[in-house]
Amino acid sequence: MSVLVDKNTRLIVQGITGREGSFHAQQMLDYGTKVVAGVTPGKGGTKHLGVPVFNTVAEAVKATKANVSVIFVPPPFAADAILEAMDAGLPLVICITEGVPTLDMVRVAAALKNSRTRLIGPNCPGIISPGKCKIGIMPGSIHKQGNVGVVSRSGTLTYEAVDQLTHLGIGQSTCIGIGGDPIIGTSFLDAIKMFNEDRETHAIVLIGEIGGNAEEVAAEYIKKHVRKPVVGFIAGQTAPPGRRMGHAGAIISGGQGTAAEKYKAMRAAGIHTVQSPAEIGHTMAAALGKSKSKAKPAAKKKAGAGKSKKVAQKKK
Amino acid sequence: MKIHEYQAKGILAKFGVPVPRGEVVFKKDEARAVAQRLGTSVVVVKAQIHAGGRGKAGGVKLAKSPDDAATLAEQILGMKLVTPQTGEEGRIVRRLLIEEGLDIKRELYLGILVDRALGLPIFMASAAGGMEIEEVAKDRPEAILREKIDPATGFQPYQARKLAFGLGLTPEQVGAAVPFFQALYRAFIETDASMIEINPCVVTGDGKLVALDAKVTFDDNALYRHPEFKDLRDLEEETPLEVEASKFKLNYIKLDGDIACMVNGAGLAMATMDIIKLSGGSPANFLDVGGGASEEQVKNAFRILLSDPNVRAVFVNIFGGILRCDVLASGVVNAAKELKFKVPVVVRMEGTNVTQGKEILRDSGFNFAVADGMKDGAEKVVKLAGGAR
Repeated sequence: MSVLVDKNTRLIVQGITGREGSFHAQQMLDYGTKVVAGVTPGKGGTKHLGVPVFNTVAEAVKATKANVSVIFVPPPFAADAILEAMDAGLPLVICITEGVPTLDMVRVAAALKNSRTRLIGPNCPGIISPGKCKIGIMPGSIHKQGNVGVVSRSGTLTYEAVDQLTHLGIGQSTCIGIGGDPIIGTSFLDAIKMFNEDRETHAIVLIGEIGGNAEEVAAEYIKKHVRKPVVGFIAGQTAPPGRRMGHAGAIISGGQGTAAEKYKAMRAAGIHTVQSPAEIGHTMAAALGKSKSKAKPAAKKKAGAGKSKKVAQKKK
Repeated sequence: MKIHEYQAKGILAKFGVPVPRGEVVFKKDEARAVAQRLGTSVVVVKAQIHAGGRGKAGGVKLAKSPDDAATLAEQILGMKLVTPQTGEEGRIVRRLLIEEGLDIKRELYLGILVDRALGLPIFMASAAGGMEIEEVAKDRPEAILREKIDPATGFQPYQARKLAFGLGLTPEQVGAAVPFFQALYRAFIETDASMIEINPCVVTGDGKLVALDAKVTFDDNALYRHPEFKDLRDLEEETPLEVEASKFKLNYIKLDGDIACMVNGAGLAMATMDIIKLSGGSPANFLDVGGGASEEQVKNAFRILLSDPNVRAVFVNIFGGILRCDVLASGVVNAAKELKFKVPVVVRMEGTNVTQGKEILRDSGFNFAVADGMKDGAEKVVKLAGGAR
């Protein structure tokens, strides 16, 4: 297993004939992802990179039985593209686009609540289940198939963490970049729940950053329900308050959303916190090695928890 | 994007939000003329800077006559205001808002912003106006009333009434508050604001509600829909290097340390600042060159980093994905040739084409310190900058 995407994923690329869409569609094809359709209004009936192009997402779904869409359209058209994919009934939509207006996302988020569609992003690197399916802009080569789930608000910082894991021989089940915007489709909490239920995921890396309180919410859930080892890092320990640090969502406002608060919540949840971004891999290696003896005494044991730890032990 | 109070009031007035009569001035004589035109027994002279806390810092004064207004204007113009929001360096006052004085009976707080956790706009109101709302939120959260707004139906009159009655307004005042609050919400939506704050909104002696102060911030991602806002930007309120960086679409924030960093990706850029600090150094900036940076971008980035006189060493930390390490390395070498680096540069690269990238650096003839990993890079650059301090 793995979460959300695997060998059975049949992908549509919205914006496949654009510069970004075209480049990354090729990269995804090279990785082995089943890119079954592209959508560019007005270019229906043509082929691009050997993939059939359709005018609408609905047509593409009907013709190809696609079940996931990835969006590479410019910011002014991103909300519309997400809603179109939702309307076509796709259960999973990944929006890579950076710079979507917040009020557009307010309307999209409201529409998503009444649908069966899960959105990942916007402003995210995408999602990869190594060896099975890559959807997004992350370099496929640094990943390795395995049992650690990675969830992060960042792009390159996630690559950094994944690279550390891979160098230590620790593979990943699925890596999800949830995006750096204030309003996103899939939260840390959603991702953590999926990883917790996934039998192939034995441990989790959570990479947060300043702004909002999504890390705290996830930590609260981890404290109550997650028995798999979790390693946590928060970027922006040195960020000044009131400044937007690149990501639209990375801002400490009114004293809220600081790295210190997030670390506090993570420590209280028994998460293996790391102050240095260079220590994420080693800390996970240690957590996997020690996970059996490090069973959190305060928390109740859950059925199946012992099992996942045993597997982690074996791996070592 | 931040704008001045007088600009915010101008925009809000167009949507029907009641604001005091007033005009912006740049010179003392203009202040006298405006005070005369306003004709009230008291006028308020308010410093216009992009930061709060102006009153306590001496940037807001009452004038009893037009001559008094001119004298105060002369005092405040050119003054350096230091408030908790400006930092130690403070801000020079270059513009003033001259406004009619009002007979203030009550001070309320009003605010609209998007709640990240809910994914919805919320309208906040509090009877504790004129105070730092963050303090109120911390000490007495129950003193802040909140209404969630469904983006499909918008802000309804009953919600405005709920807030207005909750603030303890009289029935007549509620009658005025409902269109006021609705106008505020319309302004929020139609300008793509990320925040509107009226602190305080005052109730006057004759029972009117007026926005005595106004703070409006726009969503940068939505500015393409509002070309008219471009003229509202005041470059003098921004750090010169940040203005320069924005011309090249570089995401740069100046900090007060001495180790410059150049990174791709916002998360990694923050993490790089963090690891410099952990290694005993102090970051001079945040800089995200972006995912698809070209050689030219890298050069521009270096030029900006090195214009900061505090910088004693540079740490380049790149995880190549779309941005290939060979492109980055060529950019660094070209920048070194053209800009004649006077401070040591540590380069850490990983990812796409890293081998070619390292070769380019090695064969360049420049003495770059090549790091093996983030930790090694941070430790090297701290040492080269003169050690931990």
